[in-house]
Amino acid sequence: MVYLSKSPWILHYDASSCNGCDIEILACLTPRYDVERFGILNTGNPKHADILVITGGVNEQNRSVIQNLYDQMPNPKVVVGVGVCACTGGVFKECYNIAGGVGEILPVDVWVPGCAARPEQIIDGIVKALGILEQKRAEMSRAEAGA
Amino acid sequence: MIDAKLITVMYVELLLFLILFPLIPALILTVLRNENLRAIVVTAGAGISALGSILLLAFSVGQNQLFFTVPAPDIALVMLVLEILIAGYLVIVSAKAKQFLVIGFVLLQLLLIGGAEYLGLEGHSKVPDLLTDEFSAIMAVIIGVIGGLICIYALGYMREYQEHHKDLPDNRPKFFAVLFLFLSAMFGVVFSNNLIWMYFFWEVTTLCSYLLIRYPETEEAINNAFRALLYNLIGGACFPIAIIYILVNGGSENLGIGSLIAAGPAIALIPASLIAIAGCAKSAQLPFSSWLVGAMVAPTPVSALLHSSTMVKAGVYAIARFAPVFDGQVLGMVIALIGGVTFLVTSCIAISQSNAKKVLAYSTIANLGLIVACAGVGTPEALWAAIFLIIFHAISKSLLFLSVGTVEHRIGSRDIEDMTGLAAPMPKVGLMMLIGIAGMFLAPFGMLISKWASIHAFSQALPPFGMILIVILAYGSAVTVFFWAKWMGKLLEVRKWEESIEFKISKAEWAALIPLTALTIIACFGIAPISTYLIEPFLVTMYGKISDLIPASNLMIMVLMLALIVVLPVLMMKILIPRRSLRRYMGGVTVKDGVMEGSLGMKREIALSNLYLEDLFPEAGLSKYGSVITIVLFCVLLLGLISGGVL
Amino acid sequence: MITILTAVAFLIFAPVIGVLVSGVDRIITARMQGRVGPPVLQPFLDIAKLFEKEKVGVWQAPAVLIFLHLAFMVVTGLIFFGGGDLLLAIFALTLSEVFLVLAAYSTRSPYAHVGAGRELIQLIAVEPVIIIAAVGFYMVTGSFAASDIMNYSGLPVILLPGIFISVVCILTFKLRKSPFDLSTSHHAHQELVKGVMTEFSGSTLGMVELAHLYETVILLGIIYLFFVGNPLLAILAIIVVYMLEILADNSTSRVKWLPALRGAWLITLILGGGNIIALSLL
Ligand code: SF4
Repeated sequence: MVYLSKSPWILHYDASSCNGCDIEILACLTPRYDVERFGILNTGNPKHADILVITGGVNEQNRSVIQNLYDQMPNPKVVVGVGVCACTGGVFKECYNIAGGVGEILPVDVWVPGCAARPEQIIDGIVKALGILEQKRAEMSRAEAGA
Repeated sequence: MIDAKLITVMYVELLLFLILFPLIPALILTVLRNENLRAIVVTAGAGISALGSILLLAFSVGQNQLFFTVPAPDIALVMLVLEILIAGYLVIVSAKAKQFLVIGFVLLQLLLIGGAEYLGLEGHSKVPDLLTDEFSAIMAVIIGVIGGLICIYALGYMREYQEHHKDLPDNRPKFFAVLFLFLSAMFGVVFSNNLIWMYFFWEVTTLCSYLLIRYPETEEAINNAFRALLYNLIGGACFPIAIIYILVNGGSENLGIGSLIAAGPAIALIPASLIAIAGCAKSAQLPFSSWLVGAMVAPTPVSALLHSSTMVKAGVYAIARFAPVFDGQVLGMVIALIGGVTFLVTSCIAISQSNAKKVLAYSTIANLGLIVACAGVGTPEALWAAIFLIIFHAISKSLLFLSVGTVEHRIGSRDIEDMTGLAAPMPKVGLMMLIGIAGMFLAPFGMLISKWASIHAFSQALPPFGMILIVILAYGSAVTVFFWAKWMGKLLEVRKWEESIEFKISKAEWAALIPLTALTIIACFGIAPISTYLIEPFLVTMYGKISDLIPASNLMIMVLMLALIVVLPVLMMKILIPRRSLRRYMGGVTVKDGVMEGSLGMKREIALSNLYLEDLFPEAGLSKYGSVITIVLFCVLLLGLISGGVL
Repeated sequence: MITILTAVAFLIFAPVIGVLVSGVDRIITARMQGRVGPPVLQPFLDIAKLFEKEKVGVWQAPAVLIFLHLAFMVVTGLIFFGGGDLLLAIFALTLSEVFLVLAAYSTRSPYAHVGAGRELIQLIAVEPVIIIAAVGFYMVTGSFAASDIMNYSGLPVILLPGIFISVVCILTFKLRKSPFDLSTSHHAHQELVKGVMTEFSGSTLGMVELAHLYETVILLGIIYLFFVGNPLLAILAIIVVYMLEILADNSTSRVKWLPALRGAWLITLILGGGNIIALSLL
């Protein structure tokens, strides 16, 4: 029963990134990195996703959006913050509209720093997230069995 | 053991009883203004008719086709007088409304039937007046049971109707009286053997239809009533011509349906085709179909009773009666093609309609077209399909009409778009509607089985017509899936669970809706017995020998599928249902469920509208092309008739 | 007896075959794009994962309707491979599809709503061809029963070339492949997210995927029937046809629904309808 980590589907949300990190995420899908090798798919739909990948910091406009997307994902789920912006707000930290990193509103499981984060790093981060995902699944099934 | 003679006597008495009995409540109801008493009379009248028809069906099992002569020699004269009176009435009302074309056709028909009576008077008693067999008995049950249920439903419906339409005069005594008069006439049509009798009852149903369409007395209603009258009269004119043809060519002994069919296509083909034209008009086939769509202005029970489950079935009944005559004939194939084209075109038009009653009207025309197609093909298998189509269509369609009527009074609209998520505020009626719709087109239900049988039948029909019909059917049934499924979907688009508003529905309406729903399902389980005990014996009488129809094992699979649909959800519910409810995904900008936030903080509730594809299936354009094609086919038919059926 | 065995075999092996076909499909697609692609068993891993997830939904109805979708897809296969009436199998297939559409509607998601409408359009684009194909088989072999058709010793495709081409065309709709992946697809599209599937998650989505595996096998079974007299040729034909589908999937972009519908209907009418009418006159 380790299927979850063999087929992680991703929801990528661009909070307020400069698009640098987004391009790097898309690069992961290209022939050079080809994350589908690990069964990773970019779903674009929280209902189907296991991993929420967020680039850029949280701003006042998309606070509720990020919360919504996270709430709409079925358990077990993990959050990966990609890029310095997602970690702390990065270069935009002092902007009038930036609330800070994703950690302000969501329980982030893996941080992938870098400006922009390199595809290798991103893949590494997601692989790390898989471990946490598996842990959460085990907890969930234990809770279900107990209940 | 009751001896055979006694049974015959009881039989003929039952037939006469069924024809004459509804006249009693009809008479009582004309004078009765008290609502409670009316309810009692209607319920009793409907109940007795229903029981009588069921008894008749029970009698007919295992019996041969029986013919009777009513021992009343002057009855022909009475009918002629009544016909003249009806004609006189129609002339007066049409003159008032300046409908001169109608007057013309009334007089033409009177002339024709007068001529026929004159020709046939001396030979009149040679043919038995009444007949009964399994087919008639099935029709009688449809009229008695479904008709009865609709009459009871009308009690509740019409009370609310008058409340909703305060401006309209309360003519309910007349309304119910005409309903029962109509039941009597319908029994007459399906029990007539003598074509002159059949014609008489036929005209009475036309009259009833006219009176009931006109009931709201709005300008639109009156116009539509006259249109219905006109089209039915145009078609009806072929009926006396057929009678005259028989009298001139074959002698009066062929005036009975039984003897005419027995006489074989050489004699029967031309009169049968003429009657088929009358049947096409009555069953609203293209190009006549617009009267049926117009007839939807009448109160919903009328649409359910006359314009979907019984009166329009009289037309296809007449054609199906003569199906053995059409077997293997090119003329029969032309009639089948008229039905086929009607089926395809009106199914396409139904896609573009959002008015529920119009969808039902077009789908009724379409299904009648399919029945005409089967009857025109005329092989035993096609007739099997036609009879099953008649049965299942009558049940499911009346259920649908009645549930639409009920919904209309609750939500104040008959538009399908307004029924979004109806399953929440009206769970029971919603479920009934879903069952009714499923009954119209989905696999284990009756209509689909009949469609399936018709494909089997068409594939053996006269090439290349059979294949053309199959292509038509293949497209038509695809289109059918489209408009029914999107309607079902609309009912299921539930926003959130709300308070049920069903408590306001009257007992009378429930009393009709629940049995009809039950019938929709039970009839599907009963296909095999209906086929073996009723329809196959009938086919053997008509054709002598029949090859095997739909194999029983396949029917079993159908029944199993139906059982699966019922059982699986109940069994799996516990395992399947979600443990946690999530908001709908709407790009993350959901404020609360179903409400999204747009630019500048504007909050909007989502509104979903179905596809109607008006550009692809325009109502006006399609009916125009359909009419042109069918008119050409009718011309071919007439040419064939004039050239003596040599085609 | 043999037919019952095939039916049982279908129940068990269809998902296996389906997984392999779709796994190979994904690898070939990846290779066409210069990628390595996922393991062959990836479709299985995906479905297994979906069943591990939490059961969530908008309300109760969609999951139940989806289960019926799956159940009747299996019934379709049982009828088809059990040697039953071809038309009956087609109607069961339609029933199954309608359950999917109803489930999509019942979620009341805007994306699923649009997807459901398009799914219905695809349904009406496809339905005529399949019925005509069944009648074509009847005309060639004299029976609607799949078991009789499977015992036919010739190659029906010789008499049914028009129908075969139409079936290959509509296969693209059924396999949800570009250019006809209108209602949903294997890749998310911006304007309708995942279309009909948008609101299904966890085991509900798993059931949809499973049903699709069964459906794929049934469709390939229909292709098989065209070459029934020669199993080797039949398998070759299936491979060639499937390759063509993958090629089309990767080399075309989606069309709008209107041209798709018109095209499908026209091809069906001319090639399919023409084929059986001509055949009946022979
Ligand atoms: S981390 Fe750098 S590249 Fe990434 S979004 Fe922030 S500024 Fe852009």
